[in-house]
Amino acid sequence: MCLAVPGRIVATRDADGVRMADVDFGGIRKDVCLQFLPEVKVDDYVMVHVGFAIQRLDERSALDTLERFAALGILDEELGGPADSP
Amino acid sequence: MRYLEEFADPDLARRLLDRIHATVTRPWAIMEVCGGQTHAIIRHGIDQLLPDGVELIHGPGCPVCVTPLESIDRALAIAGRPEVILCSFGDMLRVPGSREDLFGVKSRGGDVRVVYSPLDALQLARTNPDRQVVFFAVGFETTAPANAMTVHQADRLGIGNFSLLVSHVLVPPAVAAVLSSPSCRVDALLAAGHVCSVMGTGAYGPLAERYGVPIVVTGFEPLDILEGLRQAVDQLESGRHELVNAYPRAVPAEGNRAARALLREVFEVTDRTWRGIGVITASGWRLSERYRGFDAELRFEVGGIDAVEPAACRSGEVLQGLIKPDECGEFGRACTPRTPLGATMVSSEGACAAYHRYRRPGTPGDVR
Amino acid sequence: MRGVPPLPPAGNPRGRPVTGLVADVPPPDAGAWTCPAPLRDSPTVVMGHGGGGALSAELVEHLFLPAFGEAADAGLGDSAVVAVAGARLAFTTDSSVVRPMWFPGGSIGELAVNGTVNDLAMAGATPLVLSTAFVLEEGTALADLGRIAEAMGVAARSAGVRLVTGDTKVVDRGSGDGVFVTTAGIGVLADGVDIRPERSAPGDVVIVSGDLGVHGIAVLSCREGLAFGTAVESDTAPLHGLVAAMLATGADVHALRDPTRGGLAASLNEIGRAAGVGIVLDERRIPVPGEVADACGLLGLDPLEVANEGKLVAMVPDADADRVLEAMRRHPHGHGATVVGTCVADHPGMVVARTGLGGTRVVDLPVGEQLPRIC
Repeated sequence: MCLAVPGRIVATRDADGVRMADVDFGGIRKDVCLQFLPEVKVDDYVMVHVGFAIQRLDERSALDTLERFAALGILDEELGGPADSP
Repeated sequence: MRYLEEFADPDLARRLLDRIHATVTRPWAIMEVCGGQTHAIIRHGIDQLLPDGVELIHGPGCPVCVTPLESIDRALAIAGRPEVILCSFGDMLRVPGSREDLFGVKSRGGDVRVVYSPLDALQLARTNPDRQVVFFAVGFETTAPANAMTVHQADRLGIGNFSLLVSHVLVPPAVAAVLSSPSCRVDALLAAGHVCSVMGTGAYGPLAERYGVPIVVTGFEPLDILEGLRQAVDQLESGRHELVNAYPRAVPAEGNRAARALLREVFEVTDRTWRGIGVITASGWRLSERYRGFDAELRFEVGGIDAVEPAACRSGEVLQGLIKPDECGEFGRACTPRTPLGATMVSSEGACAAYHRYRRPGTPGDVR
Repeated sequence: MRGVPPLPPAGNPRGRPVTGLVADVPPPDAGAWTCPAPLRDSPTVVMGHGGGGALSAELVEHLFLPAFGEAADAGLGDSAVVAVAGARLAFTTDSSVVRPMWFPGGSIGELAVNGTVNDLAMAGATPLVLSTAFVLEEGTALADLGRIAEAMGVAARSAGVRLVTGDTKVVDRGSGDGVFVTTAGIGVLADGVDIRPERSAPGDVVIVSGDLGVHGIAVLSCREGLAFGTAVESDTAPLHGLVAAMLATGADVHALRDPTRGGLAASLNEIGRAAGVGIVLDERRIPVPGEVADACGLLGLDPLEVANEGKLVAMVPDADADRVLEAMRRHPHGHGATVVGTCVADHPGMVVARTGLGGTRVVDLPVGEQLPRIC
């Protein structure tokens, strides 16, 4: 139910009263319906599921998350953690 | 930031795994609800890397697995009609109905087409005005907005030769059903990230409270899965049972407002049969009164659906995490990925199909 | 047949009668076939039977071969090797039913010629001559047919093979899918060349000649219902020159396969089963171009199951691996050649991959057609 893929909005347009976007997935381009994300704009990243953008990806949040993961290792090294675990 | 490779970084994965290994002191059973998460776990071999005591139970979060047999049989009957083009997601093509699957209907002349999006089906309706295009609308809350928008468009543009065969299922009632079962062994739950992208996280706090189970909203890339597990284990070891969001980059607490608004307009709650489990009250969506004209179930008289599961199939017990796939007598014998008795063996992330791989021995040596 | 489980009780589980093919030929006795349920459960041909995976294999093993009876003498490679008056010839046939007929990078014409040239090349043979048989759907535009034929001529000249005989039939409109092309080919084997899947042995190095998944994605990108924009073009190419360069090193290449339908996953599973060896892959080393990976991510496909039309996989003894790799990289069709795994004695017949995270996963023989998924 959940195969959603991140893509970057390249261009938007209106088609039959519905907001659509040309989304770039690393070189693959697909037409995606943006109607559920009225506030997103070109260069934003969105999660796309069956041809619809269901949520905008928050870059700050993503970077924070990755930093937290990286900090895990540092904490372990400082506390002499997992290196000593079985 | 591409939101892909960054979340598969092997070094960060190692740190998360080390932290999980360092935290676990007792056996725990953790259920991931979403089939996409099951797939990611198998795909990356995550189950191989966890501490022995952590058991992963695959929950009923695979729409392929839980779409009721009657719905499949109805789709098969409709697809067999000469005027119909039946459009479906690829996942559903090999799911066995009472007697055959959509591939079987196709081989007998039924016009069955795989589409990536329900909008493709609507387009087919526009370019084939003399045919009836039916879209098999299965899925959880992640997929429902797409189906809602499609039928909303059909209505707006007056595309009368289009209809939906709806079989949507909802996650929170299923989670409640699993957790309230007396034989439930689940200690913690990984909630489906993309369902929450749409619906928000509000439904899960009360569930965590009522059943005393940590619930972690989890994503799908390797680091997301590991972080979901890490947070679950962390709570379990410290005796907490809270709702936390481990996928904040794609899940705001309120979900997607515009999608939820349209869902309220297009669908209404109904009881739904979950294949292998039974009827769960208020666990599904059907078209609302306003959109009932697009309901394929009403448009096509396909009477006398006599849905019969193979008696030997125990996928319901598997879906609830009550038995492991290899505890079923038919596992690996009459029931294999090539000859599935039930949906859990067909779906690429159905628990039984996943187990068909687990059961093999061998830890490969490193490739030089 | 090797390694097949014992028969469950005879009889058709769903109670449907099995009909005979010709009035006075008794219906096939499904109970006499040494195989589990699949064919008996599906009384008609389904798309998966042409997918190059498990269903295709079963159709061959459990319908065609038993029905051919003692007349059948099929090996497990892409071509048959027959000894004729002191020479050893390789003989192969292939049908091209690709839809759409034109796709980025080529057409059904190039696929037909290169596909057969490559089947011969995978036996280590020098391709000589091809036949071309067409089944045409009534109403097909002659201009289209002309373009396909031209493409075949160009591909044949490039590959240095001659198109020497053929046939044409027409079927009613609606009974075909435009143009079906069947090509058969004959090639000649030099003395001492013995390349067969069965020769793969533990310790062999698994080498692929370049980027994977390119052809399948190019074709999918223009298929109705799945269309997406991409610059990916089919990699269709004749590989006998590459094979010749590999053999010229004097290396003892054990097995070759061109991973077409079913992709690398199908080829490696087939080789592993034929030789009774296990195969271990390192996912970090498998060359999948970014666009192929992204297209697969979008549709929920596994790049290892996506078709290739200008690549080969080779099983080469460890001692010969370096010089074979070097020769491949110097050849235009092998410049991306790389080691992706090894053959082992463990888990015979099974292909296992080490994932990017350090976990393991089994790489199964694909069942039938690869379908995009939403889950």
